[in-house]
Amino acid sequence: MSARDAILTAVRRNLPVPAVPLPDAPCVAGQKLVACLGYSGNLHTMPKVQHSPNVEAPVSNFKKQLEAMGGRILEVAEATAARARVAELFPAAKVVCSVVPEVPGNRRVESASDPHSLNDVDVGVVRSTLGVAETGAVWLTQNELVVNALGVLSQHLVVLLDPEAIVESMHDAYDRINLTASPYGVFMAGPSATGDIEGVIIHGAQGARSLTVLLMARDAKKPKP
Amino acid sequence: MSLPAMIKLKNRPVDPEALAARFIALENHEITHDRLVWRMRTNRDEAIAGVPDWQELRELASQIKEHTLTHLDDYLEQFEENAKNLGTIVHWARDAEEHNATVHEILKSHGVKSLIKSKSMLQEECGMTPYLEKRGIEVTESDLGERIQQLSNEPPSHIVVPAIHKLRTDVAELFAKNLGTDGNNSDPHYLTEAMRENARPRFMKAGAGMTGANFAVAETGGFVVCTNEGNADIGASVPPLHIASIGIEKLIPRARDLGVFIRMLSRSALGSPITQYTSHFHGPRKGGELHVILVDNTRSDRLGSDDFWHALKCIRCGACMNTCPVYRRSGGLSYGATYSGPIGVILDPGLDLSKYRELPFHSSLCGSCSEVCPVKIDISDQIYKWRRVVAEKGLMRVSKAVGMSALGKVLPHPELFHAAELAAESALAHTPRFLLYNTLNPWGKHREMPAAAPQTFRQWYIANRRPK
Repeated sequence: MSARDAILTAVRRNLPVPAVPLPDAPCVAGQKLVACLGYSGNLHTMPKVQHSPNVEAPVSNFKKQLEAMGGRILEVAEATAARARVAELFPAAKVVCSVVPEVPGNRRVESASDPHSLNDVDVGVVRSTLGVAETGAVWLTQNELVVNALGVLSQHLVVLLDPEAIVESMHDAYDRINLTASPYGVFMAGPSATGDIEGVIIHGAQGARSLTVLLMARDAKKPKP
Repeated sequence: MSLPAMIKLKNRPVDPEALAARFIALENHEITHDRLVWRMRTNRDEAIAGVPDWQELRELASQIKEHTLTHLDDYLEQFEENAKNLGTIVHWARDAEEHNATVHEILKSHGVKSLIKSKSMLQEECGMTPYLEKRGIEVTESDLGERIQQLSNEPPSHIVVPAIHKLRTDVAELFAKNLGTDGNNSDPHYLTEAMRENARPRFMKAGAGMTGANFAVAETGGFVVCTNEGNADIGASVPPLHIASIGIEKLIPRARDLGVFIRMLSRSALGSPITQYTSHFHGPRKGGELHVILVDNTRSDRLGSDDFWHALKCIRCGACMNTCPVYRRSGGLSYGATYSGPIGVILDPGLDLSKYRELPFHSSLCGSCSEVCPVKIDISDQIYKWRRVVAEKGLMRVSKAVGMSALGKVLPHPELFHAAELAAESALAHTPRFLLYNTLNPWGKHREMPAAAPQTFRQWYIANRRPK
């Protein structure tokens, strides 16, 4: 018998009974999780601990969470300001690889490029199509990154994000994205980090040393050619 | 209770007490470990206080996992079909040996000599690294904590922070020997940077990258890897070949279910709202090749055990370790196993009962682990049940078995109990110190026996409260 058939046979023989029904998954902003549970145990009769629900606007909460994760967030009005910001933040950068029209770089990347060729990138610039307030995360896929390694090999990463594209929770985020539309998709919340030596938080373990989100509307004025 | 193939009786038992004593004897290690690990627990408390409906989220997570496990055959087939449709090559492995051989076969057929990997508890469980190294493949752990453990020839001591039992000075010494750093510089920033500089060329030359998986989604045929360093992403995006090892219990039905688990994982682990990188892999990237290996290795046996199948719900957050008073004071290496802490106590005996027969007693049964578990595993109940299995299989240590069997005879008979109680009281008052504080009585270590009360509770009750 093949390993596959042996495993499936063993699993079938040993399935626990009774089978547990699948609860609804939460999917819309603000929907109470209770509504998803077919559960009728004593959970709901227990006195609830009073939490202060998050009433902050998504953009300000996103900012707070991203900063807590070690990221930086700046508001820029339009493309010229974005270019100035990148130049100002990384004056020593030799290789800037941008895949957005708003910020010109000096290294081109195409989908056929060898990821190894990005090892010397000082600053990568990309645009995210989705931000999540509760976690301060931006969503990036192969479609935005062109070459996936750009997001993690760049010493510093700059991400353009339209404030309109920020949703409240991870539930909302998964409701918006189509996972099979790209072979790779990542929620990036701040730069690379580690606490592996005595719990001391250090940024820039393996991936980007810093992550800067530039909040800028997608339809902001493009630079003149 | 059915525990068919889970029971293996070939290996010598690990002795957690002796291993813990070794850790405690090191200067400053126990106190620092306790402080760091407990801080993760308090960070977790703060993080979940900011999530309304945390208890509902736990219940939802538990139900989704239980549903998946009670329909696991269907979801495995669904995952396989969808993964194949995306161009992923799917392998199956019954046990550790089959998993390792599959990995080796893939590497060999691609001429890979050098492998870069991110953290995977399953690959640890399978003993994959030594297996590949024996066959001439250079394996580099890219997670800082795992790399420290690899260079130390030790298993991870914690499932989230593998080297948390080490002081910065230990790491400085280790890196000086292996990476050529200044042994007198124990600044974690300096050491982390040294690791980064050492790892980059290894990512560049590696012929393959390996990862584990935190979740595999049946509906989409993809999987999710959570890291803070981004090391899994480099390993998956730079070398042309990506291989992921996935335990069959990692399945969840729908993409939307990820919202539930991702919200809980890092909050439970470290207290951050999410890991820095939550990466989704659906088929090979442009110009790359993707293999997944679905691994059983006793999981299907456990599924058939009424008492122990709920442990398969585990999402490997480590919250139970962070809260455990025994784990915090004795260190993860005291378990002598791949999985340490309360979750280790209930997982390890299923992998090798003989070897891990002492672990169920490495617990105070305080129950805190069950309270913090984000997927509501009855961890402390299972620890108790493993004690029963150990006793029933005749694997109790002699000193424990003698005491337990005496209690079993005395407790059901009140007259025997009263006689024993009076005898003990008198004995305690008149026993020479050398009999109480000797090496045969572990309760005499590090503590003085309490002074015996002048009368037993029963004597007092008869004298003062008994209706005349």
